[in-house]
Amino acid sequence: MTDYKNLKLIATSNPHIRSNDTTRSIMLDVIIAMLPALIWSVVEFGVRAIAVTLVSVAGSVFFEWLYRNILKKPQSVGDLSAVVTGMLLAFVCPVNVAYWQILIGDAFAIIMVKQLFGGIGKNFLNPALAGRAFMLASFASTMSGNWIDPAVSKAGIASTADIVTAATPLTYLKGDDIAATFQTLTETYSVGDMFLGKCGGSLGEVSALCLLLGLVWLLFRKVISWHIPVSYIATVAVLTLIFPRGGADAVQWMLYNLFGGGLMLGAIFMATDYSTSPITKKGQLIYGVGCGLFTVFIRYFGSYPEGVCYSIMVMNCVAPLIDKCTKPARFGVVKFEKKEASAK
Amino acid sequence: MAQAFFGGVHPNDMKAATNEKAIEQLAPPAEVVIPMSMHFGAPCTPLVKADDLVKVGQKIGETRGLGAPIHASVSGKVKAVEPRPYNMGGNMMAVVIENDFQDTLSEEVQAPADPDALSVEEMVEIVKNAGIVGMGGATFPTHVKISGGIGKVDTVIINGAECEPYITGDHRTMLERPEQIIGGATYLAKMFGVDKVVIGVEDNKQNGIDALNACIKEKNAPVVVEPLHCRYPQGGEKQLCQAITGKQVPPGGLPSNIGCAVFNINTTCAIFRAITTGMPVVKKIVTVSGSGVVEPKNIECPIGTPVARLFDACGGLKDGTYKLIMGGPMMGMAQYTADVPVGKGTGAMLAFCEDEEKTVENPQCIRCGRCVEACPMHLEPLMLYQYAEKGMLDELNDAHIMDCMECGACAYACPARMHLTHMFKVGKQKLKDKMAADKAAAEAAKAAAEKKEA
Repeated sequence: MTDYKNLKLIATSNPHIRSNDTTRSIMLDVIIAMLPALIWSVVEFGVRAIAVTLVSVAGSVFFEWLYRNILKKPQSVGDLSAVVTGMLLAFVCPVNVAYWQILIGDAFAIIMVKQLFGGIGKNFLNPALAGRAFMLASFASTMSGNWIDPAVSKAGIASTADIVTAATPLTYLKGDDIAATFQTLTETYSVGDMFLGKCGGSLGEVSALCLLLGLVWLLFRKVISWHIPVSYIATVAVLTLIFPRGGADAVQWMLYNLFGGGLMLGAIFMATDYSTSPITKKGQLIYGVGCGLFTVFIRYFGSYPEGVCYSIMVMNCVAPLIDKCTKPARFGVVKFEKKEASAK
Repeated sequence: MAQAFFGGVHPNDMKAATNEKAIEQLAPPAEVVIPMSMHFGAPCTPLVKADDLVKVGQKIGETRGLGAPIHASVSGKVKAVEPRPYNMGGNMMAVVIENDFQDTLSEEVQAPADPDALSVEEMVEIVKNAGIVGMGGATFPTHVKISGGIGKVDTVIINGAECEPYITGDHRTMLERPEQIIGGATYLAKMFGVDKVVIGVEDNKQNGIDALNACIKEKNAPVVVEPLHCRYPQGGEKQLCQAITGKQVPPGGLPSNIGCAVFNINTTCAIFRAITTGMPVVKKIVTVSGSGVVEPKNIECPIGTPVARLFDACGGLKDGTYKLIMGGPMMGMAQYTADVPVGKGTGAMLAFCEDEEKTVENPQCIRCGRCVEACPMHLEPLMLYQYAEKGMLDELNDAHIMDCMECGACAYACPARMHLTHMFKVGKQKLKDKMAADKAAAEAAKAAAEKKEA
């Protein structure tokens, strides 16, 4: 017989059941979604790609652990969000980045951008992108000059001295004589090369195919919805299709813009960061369109060849405003009633 | 297929444990504890005192204001009239009856000569005297809902959604007693003067839908069954109205504002029994389930049965049971003792011994927005949480926290395991306190100003 007098009962608020998803499982799904691109980076750039990623992940996790330990806050490395930040930061660096450089980027991303604002969910900028921006300002030549030419050389773990560098596809989409440089680009890399990722660029950004595989996984696992990536990529596609430059074929111009640079990586993994993107679906569409607009503006009119990083960071700052403007309509207040109320 | 509502979640329904088990009658308990508050409104005044003899169906609690009378559920001797633990937490004045196992029926229980010849007023009076309340858990007095809705209501809805996981009492009632549901629905149609009553049933109970349809055909009743998408909280009153009529109940309003009235399956059966046999509410069907129950069952027991007797009838509790829940796992109340009695709104009694709660230390919101997607009332739970946590009461009010019905969908969906619903209850209370204080202050100021003038 059950001893009802000695039950050890807890009486907490409803609901008494919870879904299976946790912060940790979501982050794990993001990590899984990044694996195809990581594998491709090794194939394309050499084993140094994975070494850079591992160092960056270790650095991120270490700095998160260190900060929370020093400030005696509850430990949070178990949620794996620092792992995601570390991987993403490695993905936006060239493979020949020095290990100490990426560690500095990690420290900035985790401590300055994430933890000082309160940790996961509280930061207003995407830590990996802010880390990249910091590195771009600090190590300009590494971050934007010496892109490894994957067709010629692969990067070893230890030394980066003997690699051959080349310009990335995006630099061909800019300049004084776009018609000529774009011609060179199409002759160097076919659209298929660009889609597969057989071209120069940051470690994890080159293969649109691998990143799209990641998108499929994220959508399948319901980690993100389609709203941000689709509205972002579609905006860039439409703008570049309508306004090709240098007399290029519009479709070709659009495809090189979509597959070149960090657009796919940004639209799928960076812009969809929970903390820094709007929470409503309507807001996410606006946010995605905004990201797309700024990306094209910077690529067309800015002084950098790539606009993804800064466009997302600008929209990060706008996200709270978008949230404010796209609150869900109150239940039970239908449109005509609203009009009546405002007429009064 | 009826339209769905906005938001909601889809928990594992866990109904397989009991949905094929016929409703069992509980062996009569030796003692019942009947609290004087089993309804929305003021507690009843006890009409009996210790050592009185009572019979089944005898009125033992009279209403004071809004409420429903309370009747003895077994015959025997009143052992005590004293405060006892009840399901809302704390103690409540209760009539404790020692069962004489005779089940003597009270003379007060009189079947009408011809139930079909009753006028609307007579039927409402019967519903009132039978102590019928909303048995889905809200326990709003049914006669008030009916008399307040006559003339305003054009859509009468019977709520057979049973969207909470684990609970199968309504489903079993559809299979075993469809004639009571359809009969009750027919009386409701008559009372409201409508030519059609809609029964909304989630489509995970297809055999229940079939049983009801067969009964409707046989009796040629003015009733239609509407299959609903299986999604929590489909059985929420406002969500059900939205799914069936496409209309939304205005903020702070009732379904009657959009011409709807919603009755639970068991309430409908109780109306049928009261009108045909004169029997008041003295029994309740309770699903006893959950990981902590040895053998889950659907049990019909007298009102006031201590829940420990229900668990006894199901083989007892497993070791490590850490939570007893009266009601469903999404909206039910956790109990701190197994002495609490079954009330009119008790549809389920759950015991958990596994990791259903999945609590984490130091939950941190990651702003994923799943709570916003889940909220059927179109709120932004993550914002409400922050306002409530920081005591920002004006912002809390502006964000419409009073629209929250505490369904728990947001907290269920939350991957960070934030204690959202808990925080909203706290926030609502703080806001109510502040509003009351503000009102009192305003009145005091007004009184002072008047005094000055005089």
